[in-house]
Amino acid sequence: MPEAAYRVLYTIRRFEETVLDNFARGVFFGTTHTYLGQEANAAGVIGQMASGDLIFSNHRCHGHFLAYGGSPHALFAELMGKQSGVCAGRGGSQHLHWRNFYSNGVQGGIVPIATGMALAEKFKGSGAVTVVFLGDGTLGEGVVYEALNMASLWSAPILYVLENNHIAQTTPIELALAGSIPGRFQAFGIPAQELDSADVQEIAPVARQLLQEVRAGSTPRALILHTQRFGPHSKGDDTRPAAEIDRLRAERDPLSIQAARLSPQARASIEREIDQALAIAYQQALDDPYPEFSPGSMA
Amino acid sequence: MPTVLESLNQALQRAMADHPQVYLLGEDVLDPYGGAFKVARGLSTAFPKRVITTPISEAAIVGLAAGMALRGLRPVVEIMFGDFLALAADQIVNHISKFRWMYNQQVQLPLVIRTPMGGRRGYGPTHSQSLEKMFLGLPGLRVLAPSALGDPGELLYRAILENEDPTLFIENKLLYLLPLQDAHSLQDFSLIPHPAGTGYSLVINGAPPATLTLSAYGHMAELARQAAVRLAYEHEIFTELVIPTHLAPFDLTPLLESLQRTGRLLTAEEGSLSLGWGAELLAQAAQALGARLRSARRLAAQPVPIPASGPLEAAVLPGVDEIIQAARLAAGKD
Repeated sequence: MPEAAYRVLYTIRRFEETVLDNFARGVFFGTTHTYLGQEANAAGVIGQMASGDLIFSNHRCHGHFLAYGGSPHALFAELMGKQSGVCAGRGGSQHLHWRNFYSNGVQGGIVPIATGMALAEKFKGSGAVTVVFLGDGTLGEGVVYEALNMASLWSAPILYVLENNHIAQTTPIELALAGSIPGRFQAFGIPAQELDSADVQEIAPVARQLLQEVRAGSTPRALILHTQRFGPHSKGDDTRPAAEIDRLRAERDPLSIQAARLSPQARASIEREIDQALAIAYQQALDDPYPEFSPGSMA
Repeated sequence: MPTVLESLNQALQRAMADHPQVYLLGEDVLDPYGGAFKVARGLSTAFPKRVITTPISEAAIVGLAAGMALRGLRPVVEIMFGDFLALAADQIVNHISKFRWMYNQQVQLPLVIRTPMGGRRGYGPTHSQSLEKMFLGLPGLRVLAPSALGDPGELLYRAILENEDPTLFIENKLLYLLPLQDAHSLQDFSLIPHPAGTGYSLVINGAPPATLTLSAYGHMAELARQAAVRLAYEHEIFTELVIPTHLAPFDLTPLLESLQRTGRLLTAEEGSLSLGWGAELLAQAAQALGARLRSARRLAAQPVPIPASGPLEAAVLPGVDEIIQAARLAAGKD
């Protein structure tokens, strides 16, 4: 179903563009880390997950949330700090929880937590698989390796999806990473598969196979997706030359690749529909009230 | 009477027997070793599938347990020495304590991190600290500390099974071998549990009205109790002891009620003085009582790393004599 995947890709793209376009208006709090260019990873992996499976995502979580089926209105509202937000404005862009989707904004620490979730599901016998998304920059955090060791030791049913966008904030991977990425997983006995693609239809079958292995064997796997970030790390902090970004957009845009499989009419119709839905969601979030402060049941 | 160690061990046995969701994770927790301080002894034999001995990876152990707690289990983590909590600080500060509120109360996180703290065993600078003050006042984290009074095991049992917040459970090492003190064994004192279950007060039986409130927790509470006896018999200073088990968040009421009677406060803690637990108690008491708080003092460790040498360690950590000395000052006797 090339249309279904394109809908996810286009929703993420337009959502993130809407956020960036409107940030300067002051409607959002804090910052954002957009997923422009990496959409095929979320769509390809999450599209293969079963209901009941878990996702732990990171600071760059909007694409994962939307691909999981999260509401664009609730996400706009969360970024705007509104009561109708995913976490009623308490978390903001990086701190989401809805159904079995979780995210947190500090690098590395989510990896043992996701591994513990996978083990809990194994102990409970639920059959659920956990997917945790991490980036190349996160490979600098030591706790990641503690968690990989335990995942392998105790056969946690988890898929580590490493999105290597080749840049950590402004630092190119060459300045931050020694050695091999798959070797990092393989050192702990976790099979790792690499893919260098912006094509959701190439990513999906590989993800499907790995998820099947994780589920059937109750065992960890790693999927390394070499990818490219088209936008800045957050809002305006891209130090790469504009020509390079233009080249990346021309050569490996997940939307162009998938759109080529659709009829022009089908594409136009999907885009029109999503543009309209996102415009309504944005406006609705804008009109929603801010939350009242309540300390809640804090320890 | 059973010891504090036995009380805690039996509570873990009971919690694991009562609820299949309870798991124990920690370094060297398997039998026959049963953990560095033996609190976990017997558990892996009784519950082999639910006691998991881990690599030396404090951050990931705590993170793993947090993930388990978010997904409906009730994990208990043993950190071998409280000093090693520093290795898990990111998990505690940026993850565990945040999730419930940050996710708009949509999750529960019933996780207990147990750890021995404290010195007086010659372990030196990195295995003797009382670091709990670094985690006091962190929103979203409950910090409990048993003493030998009442039922430390029950405190642990309830933290594991009757509480949906992440909890740091501080066990002073010198408590482990002390016998539990109940109303019967505390011959000189009446043991008064605080109404909200957040600690105990000790009042000397048959004594004139107290003129000083002495507050301490953990093993320091036992030293404070010994000091209170000598203060009464040798110095004619009569004290009420307020001994919280809930360090954060905490209920000020029992302390204020005692201070209404005595007007004088001394806090004693094994951690370092500056910006610590006692400072917070004094501040809150002063804010609540104003001029009715006539005197207030703190006693705590010297601001240096804890030395290994016995005499040096004794000079750094306050003992019974130092409590008596500080109490005389607080009571206006010196």
